[in-house]
Amino acid sequence: MKYIDEFRNAELVKILTEKIRAEAKKEINLMEVCGGHTWAIQKFGIPSLMPKEVRLISGPGCPVCVTGRRYIDQAIAYSRLNDTIITTFGDLIRVPGSTSSLNLEKSKGADIRIVYSILDALKIARVNPSKKVIFLGIGFEATASSSAAGVFNAKKENLTNFFLFSSHKIMPPAMSALIDEGIKINGYLAPGHVSAITGSHIYDEFPVKYKVGCVISGFEPVDILQSIYMLQQQVNDEQYRVEIQYNRVVNHEGNLKAKELIAQVFTLRDDWWRGLGVLKGSGLGLSEAYADYDAEKMITVAVEKTLEEKGCICGEILKGLKKPDECRLFAKACTPSNPVGSCMVSHEGACAAYYNFGRH
Amino acid sequence: MCLGIPSKIVSIDGDNAIVSVGGTRVEASLQLLTDIQVGDYVLLHTGFAIEKISPEEAEETLKLLQKLGEPEGEIKPSENKVD
Repeated sequence: MKYIDEFRNAELVKILTEKIRAEAKKEINLMEVCGGHTWAIQKFGIPSLMPKEVRLISGPGCPVCVTGRRYIDQAIAYSRLNDTIITTFGDLIRVPGSTSSLNLEKSKGADIRIVYSILDALKIARVNPSKKVIFLGIGFEATASSSAAGVFNAKKENLTNFFLFSSHKIMPPAMSALIDEGIKINGYLAPGHVSAITGSHIYDEFPVKYKVGCVISGFEPVDILQSIYMLQQQVNDEQYRVEIQYNRVVNHEGNLKAKELIAQVFTLRDDWWRGLGVLKGSGLGLSEAYADYDAEKMITVAVEKTLEEKGCICGEILKGLKKPDECRLFAKACTPSNPVGSCMVSHEGACAAYYNFGRH
Repeated sequence: MCLGIPSKIVSIDGDNAIVSVGGTRVEASLQLLTDIQVGDYVLLHTGFAIEKISPEEAEETLKLLQKLGEPEGEIKPSENKVD
């Protein structure tokens, strides 16, 4: 496929791998904060190409992984209401809640439908006017823009039985929180599709305030290797800056139309992240103008007491403090078909990616 | 969820388009973009085209990397997009 095959070129991979080895002058920690990168890095075996000086660490970039159990429990509670249809991306339905999961509720008869897009959820709402249709909105700026468009369209066409249950988050507060917590990061492999929406300026504080490089990367092996090489050069020269490797898609200003929609439909609020706790101004709740489409405000439901999983170290894995195989549950009690923690559920989760591709 | 797929615009009807994803035709919303033409490549993400793919930038990146493989090949900072 165009724009994929060229960036999987073996010759370019070899050139870049040699450059990275030659540039390996000191030990550096590079963190990716996008689930798509986590998956791609493991799938393409990028760690096996790295010299020992370059350490690749997975951060809190998988939306399913950072979402709190309380959110899953509330979605489950909604799914138990008689007149309700839950619409969701596929990843979320297997995430364990405190005592159940959406998958389990579906098997018991709850009307839970997997959709590819919020636009599919709107279609379901149109043909089911007697039901309340709730879309589970999770993810960072890229999925937040599609949720914003969906809610905007619902209001425009006066669709009164459609609701968003938002757990959308923005990435920079988590990136700051990791460094503030003392986690040693020399460079961020910044998320490609988040940045397509936001542009590059959301990372401007990292080189200045923290002396941490940021390279916005694409998702193919050549993209990732080039981004690693660019970060290595920044670290070796001690010249930290924000660079765009994925310039066929990302520009400095971002997608202005999408940013405007997000600003109109959402408002910043404090939000809880697995591993990081509550981060100020890191979540996106619906703004007052769109309160009629906010599931949390419009649909009252009793939610069971949150019980956290025992023995799971997802929180430490999401901060890059531990690798998946350092968890005693990994590949034993916790597998993709029977996940204990959220990092094993989504293919973008560090544990699932490591389970599927990274074990030797 | 971060998955974005390069897709070619086949036809456009207002804010809706049919795109080809490696030969498979699917619906895509153009609501988040402006000035999209048939034949353009866009990045498809959860049903929305979120950005147009620049053929010039893609070609330039690949050329730059080929150059990197030549003896003494080096990317100068000025050749990267620096913020």
